Amino acid sequence: MTIDRNARLRDIRNWGDYFHLTIDTPDVGREARPGQFVMVKVGDGPIPLLRRPLSIHDAGKDGIELFFKVSGQGTEILSRKKPGDSLDLIGPLGKGFTVSDAMKGKRAHLVGGGRGIAPLFFLARELGARGVRTAVFYGGRRLADIPLRDKFDKAGIELLCSTDDGSFGFAGLVTELVGRELAKTKPDIIHACGPDAMMKALAALAAKHGVPAEFSLESIMGCGIGACWGCVHRIRNESGDGWTKICEEGPVFPGERILWPE
Amino acid sequence: MAGMTNKVDLSVDLGFLKLCNPVLAASGTFGYGLEFEPYLDLEKLGGFVVKGLYFKPRDGNPPPRLVETASGLINAIGLQGVGIEAFAEKVLPKLRRLRTAVIVNVCGEDDDEYAAVVEYLDGQEGIAAYELNISCPNVKAEGLCPALSPRTTFDLVKRLKAASRRPLITKLSPNVTSIVEIAKAAEEAGSDAIALVNTFLAMAIDLETRRPKLRNVFGGLSGPAIKPIALRMVYQVASRVRVPVIGMGGIMTGADALEFLVAGAAAVEVGTANFVDPDAAVRIVAEIESWCEAHGVAAVREVVGAIKVS
Repeated sequence: MTIDRNARLRDIRNWGDYFHLTIDTPDVGREARPGQFVMVKVGDGPIPLLRRPLSIHDAGKDGIELFFKVSGQGTEILSRKKPGDSLDLIGPLGKGFTVSDAMKGKRAHLVGGGRGIAPLFFLARELGARGVRTAVFYGGRRLADIPLRDKFDKAGIELLCSTDDGSFGFAGLVTELVGRELAKTKPDIIHACGPDAMMKALAALAAKHGVPAEFSLESIMGCGIGACWGCVHRIRNESGDGWTKICEEGPVFPGERILWPE
Repeated sequence: MAGMTNKVDLSVDLGFLKLCNPVLAASGTFGYGLEFEPYLDLEKLGGFVVKGLYFKPRDGNPPPRLVETASGLINAIGLQGVGIEAFAEKVLPKLRRLRTAVIVNVCGEDDDEYAAVVEYLDGQEGIAAYELNISCPNVKAEGLCPALSPRTTFDLVKRLKAASRRPLITKLSPNVTSIVEIAKAAEEAGSDAIALVNTFLAMAIDLETRRPKLRNVFGGLSGPAIKPIALRMVYQVASRVRVPVIGMGGIMTGADALEFLVAGAAAVEVGTANFVDPDAAVRIVAEIESWCEAHGVAAVREVVGAIKVS
């Protein structure tokens, strides 16, 4: 991993509160794998003090893309950056989704809720390149919460959308949409990122249908590099159930190892 | 002549321990050291203090464990850790080869556990000193920690000093009425040095839900927000004890570190800054060196206690 103190914002665009950043940071871009994240310093001074963890939305030889929703002080500051601005980021960090050549010809369902769609574009591209038949399920409360529809369409990635209010696509929760499809075709693996409630429901669904699943967990993070022990989740380990650092051992964990809160 | 050389002597001598420079990484912010190897050269630090160790592995507190506040961070990790055996078997052999001071932060749920940790570690090589974390809740004293009274501080330090073959640094809690009184109790009990401050007891509330932002309700505040209070306490203690003082609390820059040295600290610990910039501690060493060069200071120890109060 790299500390890039001179990453450069090439492009920023938004759909309401959702922002998409294209960042020149070649070392990070070349090393990144789907599901990994970066820690971004958003301000120059002590407020806000900590870096912000953000999923890598896509990556290549020139750098990375980020996709996030403004949800607090840090992301708000980040959303006001201008093309040409210098950024200070550390990455790629953490362990991502399973992507391997052995998955050729298999079928994968990728399930993203709201801003949780962020890592799934990179994942869908990488799986597609390995001959994995990939379908992306993209859910939001309303049409405005699923702004990346066109991007997936243009990339030729099979996309099924849902909105809770029925303003676009399937009317209902994305997990209901996934449930309907599971009844028809069973994928070989499910990869997911989204709100805890969505992932918990999806974990139950995957277990019911006997489909292995991987989930990208989210947390407040102090450092992103395993030093502060702030970002823990209950995970089954060889030594028993324990609070496990999301930044270091995750953020992606296999479903059978995750203990969801009541 | 200081002005003619650009080589500043950064070494400091704590009496029981010589450091190549006055900057240590603080316990609880630096993992077990190895986590930082991708980001900095550990041998460029004066040393580092590993995360607090109890005898047994500990699971810590349920999340949320962190909340960011204005210029600060409140944590309630609950001293999660691998325990002393895993540390000695898996981590210490890798730390032993480093040419830097490795200090182990010692914890205990009661005085017996502290003593057991020290006894076990005394059987291991490659440790420069123990930093005694007297801010651990004591399960036999209604969760009150030894740091809260001169008596419990004295008793614990005295017992461990008699038991240990290594120098002892007592790390004080700032959550007391008179920090000087506690520092003097630790000194009288034989502590070889005093480190201060640990975090300030704090809380944050989510106004919308009216719930505490930390699951543990309370946590310890660190970061730039606490620096002026920490600096005051370090100054007070350094002017009242004879043993060396290690100062910490919100150090983010070389200038911050130098202020603690001027206040009387013989060395400093860098904590929360490690989270923001994993290479912060080496940057701070470089900034101290540049400042000394620019100010014609040939040896950094010249500024220790150089405060002018008139």
